[in-house]
Amino acid sequence: MQAFTQHRGIVAPMDRPNVDTDAIIPKQYLKSIKRSGFGPNAFDDWRYLDEGAPDIDNATRRINPDFILNQSPYDRSSILLARENFGCGSSREHAVWALTDFGFRAVIAPSFADIFFNNSFKNGLLPIVLDEKIVDAMFTVVAENPAVEFEIDLPAQTITAGSETYAFEVDEFRKHCMLNGLDDIALTLQHADDIKAYEQARQKTAPWLY
Amino acid sequence: MTARTLYDKLWDDHVVRAEQDGTALLYIDRHLVHEVTSPQAFEGLRLAGRKPWRTGSIVAVPDHNVPTTDRSQGITDPVAKIQVQTLDDNCKEFGLTEFDMSDIRQGIVHVIGPEQGATLPGMTVVCGDSHTSTHGAFGALAFGIGTSEVEHVLATQCLLQKKSKNMLVSVDGQVHEGITAKDIVLAIIGEIGTAGGTGYAIEFGGDAIRALSIEGRMTVCNMAIEAGARAGMVAVDDTTIDYVKGRPYAPEGETWEKAVAYWQTLVSDADARFDRVVRIDASTIKPQVTWGTSPEMVVAVDTCVPDPAAIDDAVKADGMRKALAYMGLQAGQAVHDIKVDKVFIGSCTNSRIEDLRAAAKVAEGRSVADNVKLAMVVPGSGLVKQQAESEGLDRIFIDAGFEWREPGCSMCLAMNADRLEPEERCASTSNRNFEGRQGQGGRTHLVSPAMAAAAAVHGHFVDVTEQG
Ligand code: SF4
Repeated sequence: MQAFTQHRGIVAPMDRPNVDTDAIIPKQYLKSIKRSGFGPNAFDDWRYLDEGAPDIDNATRRINPDFILNQSPYDRSSILLARENFGCGSSREHAVWALTDFGFRAVIAPSFADIFFNNSFKNGLLPIVLDEKIVDAMFTVVAENPAVEFEIDLPAQTITAGSETYAFEVDEFRKHCMLNGLDDIALTLQHADDIKAYEQARQKTAPWLY
Repeated sequence: MTARTLYDKLWDDHVVRAEQDGTALLYIDRHLVHEVTSPQAFEGLRLAGRKPWRTGSIVAVPDHNVPTTDRSQGITDPVAKIQVQTLDDNCKEFGLTEFDMSDIRQGIVHVIGPEQGATLPGMTVVCGDSHTSTHGAFGALAFGIGTSEVEHVLATQCLLQKKSKNMLVSVDGQVHEGITAKDIVLAIIGEIGTAGGTGYAIEFGGDAIRALSIEGRMTVCNMAIEAGARAGMVAVDDTTIDYVKGRPYAPEGETWEKAVAYWQTLVSDADARFDRVVRIDASTIKPQVTWGTSPEMVVAVDTCVPDPAAIDDAVKADGMRKALAYMGLQAGQAVHDIKVDKVFIGSCTNSRIEDLRAAAKVAEGRSVADNVKLAMVVPGSGLVKQQAESEGLDRIFIDAGFEWREPGCSMCLAMNADRLEPEERCASTSNRNFEGRQGQGGRTHLVSPAMAAAAAVHGHFVDVTEQG
């Protein structure tokens, strides 16, 4: 996993609530057995005017000029500014892979769906929860200065947007993994003895589970 | 000991170790696997030189990509074929139980787990699929996970989790005749919203939930994720235990007795504390129809499509306008007047035998309306299909002009050939009405199986409790 410490980048405003993972990466791309290559199809239904498929070359498709990520400078954005309940719906981690493959390193929203939130941390995409009022203020900052870059500092847990700096919360363990790009399977396997001990004890009280 | 909720009990029984900050290493009893969210996890396992921790905990099945028409030719879509083949190969390589496409037990992962007794009360059940919440109907702790977590469970039999908060949704009193589990859960989501359950594990309780069959409880728990909750659950009672008895994976003899004694403790203590309690009067619930592009955009069938102009919240009103435009509907339009082009009866929400019976009851002796281009029934599993055929339900559907298909996810998410064309309108028994969910530009209205069958024969939505 790619480590995350500080990041500075252009902020794409996506001003709609309940952006679901079906919208982030439509189902036809889920047939892939890989983790990469989803970037060109992130938000596919919104990004293109015609319908895509895994075997269609995206370069031949009609771009939707009204969609934010098709507009400069947002085609180079690396921070996504979103509304409540971002990433709801399907558990598909492909949604996170599509965002990171596009170039996003962080998503800011007043709330996230639980599974998406978890998936993000496993892939070095930092989901930042901020108060709705702060998110509103950020939308205003971007509207007034479209090419503004926000600066995210994970060790300090701050985000600088225009003239303001805001603090954000992040779980200690997840922060540790993100900062160091750690594979949490290896961390869990350090507790293999505990897992075996649990299994042995449980096998006595609930033998039907084994 | 302090009073505990059902969720507290399930949680406590599966903590392997707890960290200072409240993160727990949670043990997973049952891991269900399907073809879409597992290939990258198996690949990760291989790359790291790891093996599954406990192969016996895994049951795998292809469901999302399988064709629902004649299967004798295999899968024609080459990309889908590779994915299903990859699952078969991975299961062989690691020695896992799989019900492959030719197995009568094949079906939607959330239908076959319970059907086989692979889902038992008191278990932790995970799957790389958000509708894993379905299995909570058994008094199990069941939730969807992403592919990295699938790999984590494969490799360690555990997940790193933070405990959610407790929510009780109590549906009090009795529903009226003809009101189904689907109507109940849509009404709940309409009440609390699609993010209402975020951060919570929801226990569904109250007389109306108690009165539901296991199939009905699965429908309700299935859609807990549509209310934002990763897990939904119903306490164990005789209905639960009767359903499990005699299933292939269920314990027997002395172990059965021991298991039942434990399962009977899987209820919230009388004075357990919930962080949030929502009460709904069952008698107020009418047949539900979604009108928008989120499951919370739902109304009773005898009302009208709502008007964004009447909403104060600007972001919400804007979302409603976008939804109306996408759905091709007018504010104030009567739901009865909405005509449908296609009807889909199936999905992990509503493809079990009880659902098919309810739909067949409405379809019997009638025919699909002329304006309906396609009405299809997709059973949840090979065994559901077999059961339905032994009851003659297939004949009822076919005689009425429905198509009778092979089991799979089908038009719930349209990964296979079953899909809507742009602007086609569908009455669907599935769980998501998101933009493009059933095909790009397709318009989905979520309803119960009886309501879907009624829409098929009338050509538009009707109140099934009045018209039948
Ligand atoms: S039926 Fe639909 S919701 Fe259920 S598992 Fe399949 S695709 Fe997902």
